Amino acid sequence: MTADGAAEPWAAAPRLHNRVLPVLVLLATAAATAMGFVVIAPNRLLPGVGVPLWQAAAAPATAGFAAAAALLLTLCWVRPRGAVHYGAAAVAGAVLLAAPAVAGASAAQLLGSAPPASVASLAGGFWVVGGCAALAAIDSLQRAQAGAAVQLVTAAVLAGGFLALSRIGAFDALSLSREYAARHDLFGAAVLRHAELVAAALGAAVAIGVPLGLAPLRRKRFEAPLFAVLNLLQTVPSIALFGLLIAPLSGLADAVPALRAAGIGGVGPAPAIIALVLYALLPIARNTVAGIGGVSPAAIEAARGMGMTGRQVFWRVETPLALPVLLAGLRIVVVQTVGLAVVAALIGAGGLGSFVFEGLGQYATDLVLLGALPAILMALGADFVLRLAARAMPRRGAA
Amino acid sequence: MSEPMIELRGVSKSYNGRAVVGDLTLAVPRGALCVLLGPSGCGKSTTLRMINRLVPCDGGTIRIDGEDALRPPVEALRRRIGYVIQSTGLFPHWRVDDNIATVPRLLHWPEPRVRARVHELLEMLRLDPRIYAGKYPHQLSGGEQQRVGVARALAADPELLLMDEPFAAVDPVTRDALQAEIARIHEATGKTIVFVTHDIAEALRLATMIAVMDRGRVVQSGTPLDIVERPASDFVRDFVGVQGLGLKLLAVRRVRDRLQTGEQADGEPIDAGATLAEALAAMVARRVGRLAVAEGDGRVVGAIALGDLVR
Amino acid sequence: MRIALKTPALWLGLLFVTLLTGMPGLSPVFGWAFPRVRPAVFDRAGFVELFLSHLGLVAAASTAAALAGVAAAVFATRPAGRDFRTIAALLAAAGQTFPPAAVLALAVPALGFGARPTVVALFVYGLLPVVENAIAGIEGVPEGLREAAQGMGMTPWQVLRRVELPLAAPVILAGVRVSVTVAIGTATIGSTVGALTLGTPIFDGLAGNKLPYVLQGAVLVALFAVVTDLLFAVLARRLQPADRR
Repeated sequence: MTADGAAEPWAAAPRLHNRVLPVLVLLATAAATAMGFVVIAPNRLLPGVGVPLWQAAAAPATAGFAAAAALLLTLCWVRPRGAVHYGAAAVAGAVLLAAPAVAGASAAQLLGSAPPASVASLAGGFWVVGGCAALAAIDSLQRAQAGAAVQLVTAAVLAGGFLALSRIGAFDALSLSREYAARHDLFGAAVLRHAELVAAALGAAVAIGVPLGLAPLRRKRFEAPLFAVLNLLQTVPSIALFGLLIAPLSGLADAVPALRAAGIGGVGPAPAIIALVLYALLPIARNTVAGIGGVSPAAIEAARGMGMTGRQVFWRVETPLALPVLLAGLRIVVVQTVGLAVVAALIGAGGLGSFVFEGLGQYATDLVLLGALPAILMALGADFVLRLAARAMPRRGAA
Repeated sequence: MSEPMIELRGVSKSYNGRAVVGDLTLAVPRGALCVLLGPSGCGKSTTLRMINRLVPCDGGTIRIDGEDALRPPVEALRRRIGYVIQSTGLFPHWRVDDNIATVPRLLHWPEPRVRARVHELLEMLRLDPRIYAGKYPHQLSGGEQQRVGVARALAADPELLLMDEPFAAVDPVTRDALQAEIARIHEATGKTIVFVTHDIAEALRLATMIAVMDRGRVVQSGTPLDIVERPASDFVRDFVGVQGLGLKLLAVRRVRDRLQTGEQADGEPIDAGATLAEALAAMVARRVGRLAVAEGDGRVVGAIALGDLVR
Repeated sequence: MRIALKTPALWLGLLFVTLLTGMPGLSPVFGWAFPRVRPAVFDRAGFVELFLSHLGLVAAASTAAALAGVAAAVFATRPAGRDFRTIAALLAAAGQTFPPAAVLALAVPALGFGARPTVVALFVYGLLPVVENAIAGIEGVPEGLREAAQGMGMTPWQVLRRVELPLAAPVILAGVRVSVTVAIGTATIGSTVGALTLGTPIFDGLAGNKLPYVLQGAVLVALFAVVTDLLFAVLARRLQPADRR
């Protein structure tokens, strides 16, 4: 290593400046060498054989990955400054986009010489390489102290690149794409239903949770019992809460046919949304208490002193000052609800979870992925956007 | 002259290429109470922390009691040196007695000896062991916490005590009491103490020697009187000669130190423990140039004249 | 003991144990309420057996996650590991946005059906809150305390063991509590991938349209989770800085 470093003209005393990047590069290299990059299976349900990157991909692609790894390793020895970090982020981002493209191309190549019913899936090596590349990109951006705009542009470039690749059919040979193609209409409906579940639960939870959170601010003695109950609700596992709601709701629907006609019953979206709302109450109420309760008394007193009414104080002073904390609560709730809505598929509420559990039932990995990946992206995306929104908000001294 | 307790020679330290301490040389005699005095950012804290190697020095030598301080394992060195910091650093999850017992236990003293030592120290710091031993730090006042901090630093009977602005965060009345306590302990134990402060009055009250620091160097070292009467540079003059210094000096010196034993004077005697400022006030109020001086028990022991105040 | 009596943990715990062992005794009640379902009480496996299996999965995964998570956080807060601190905290935060059910489902293709993917998914997912809280807890120890400990001659190990970890303990415990709560819920879903848990009656009931089974499983799972959480609350009160209890 020392000999390598001494050869660099810019480094008088070569020193490893970044220890995260080498670990990620070595991990990815080991995975690409030892693990399968794509799996070729005789049909959709049978297990297949993993083919490592250097066997699966064309020589230039393998060389490209190797060059990227070498470049990233070299950058770790360069004295850190903004350009170095952005360079590393760019290389890692390129790997992140190239990995699925190469996997798609390899799959097409390998399927060409395989029996007709064969399918090609993404294997462990691919996931490790992709995960390491994503982490390397994020870590490099962190080191560069990239602002919200840069993060947003990076995310947009990656998403755009991915969509463009998928448009030109780069992933068509992968069975994930085939599963998607086979369920094209269902997929759109499932994503929509998932979003509807989240939105409905969110709307109701805010409508109920904010007043609940305001109550202890007016009367302190409500606080302990309210949060004791909400805390317990939060600890009850989702599927148990769904299950507990089925019996009363189906009883209700039996007793009141009008409800049944309106689509409310023991299974389906109704118990799911009720449960999702119950889970969402805690973060919303807690952050309402923290946000509104944390507004400095001096600001409120000043507002009163200027002749604002109680209502004006609430809307013009307390709410805006508490907004960052309220937004943080909303972020927690959205992420949590997207995840819990996956489980709701088990009681017939639909959404992306239906692919996950259908896939588990059929032992069809790519069908599981078809449900799980969009759910993960939805949660990560909501988290990312709401974090940026909170950061973009001017800091106005709310606690 | 015996060998100095601490000897820093050509010591330097820089952060990111900026020198915080440069080529610093200082010798502290055994039994001295040496105050490192200077404005914030002058490198006095860094210097102190290089002595117990909390800050590794870049160059130079540090000798403690004649031995190379950079040689022994750092933990062994630190267990021989008491250390008191401004924020007290008391462990909030340990009771007062456990806090004081920290270093003796690190040194594996037998438990009865640890307990006896804790008891002894609590009494030395005037904290009733029956009341204080079982308390937690947050149950103590700021002054009591700092007393425990001092007791903890003294626990293993170190030959050297390092104090980093220990009283900067307590109120003036408490600070006055703590300063008196340190002066008493220094006198009683004869330990070598290095004391960092930016407060000139505190320095004048406690020090047997003062090292004035500026931009990482000792610009003058000597007795408090040397520093005040013969400042070596404009910087020292400006720093020490802050407004009202004369009155400050009067406020920290005691009548007892200046009285002429056996002399007589008329009028109500003044207490020997009063400050020179109080004596001056009494002279002005009574329009006299001399006061009789009595000990606390009312026994007249001598007199003090106006001229003695500026001696 | 006084603490136990003051919290509902004891009473709900007793109710849980009673239902766990006495569920078959409620057969007439369920038979009357749901006349079309026979047998009226889930009998493919004993509830005690299901509970022990559920508990075993959670205990194994959570213990491993707590130990590994604290170790990772300790590493990330040492001088040697400081470089990894950002990425560890980030990974812990971002990882928790992954839906637990999706993590579980993704463990299946890698590990097959049964208890194995469940334990691994619980472990990986359970690491995240522990790492996040342990980093926050250790970094929350005031710098002055660390310096005082070093200044008195404690070795790095002694500083960690006697000062940093005890002071971070309440925050770490809060992380473990989250980790265990999530693990109990996710293990319940583990029934869909072949693990034996208290969720098994729920899924059997949902698949066979047998509402009483769903109810029996759901009540027991809920009580299991709630009692565990209440026990953690008791533990947290114990662990609170001794002086502030």
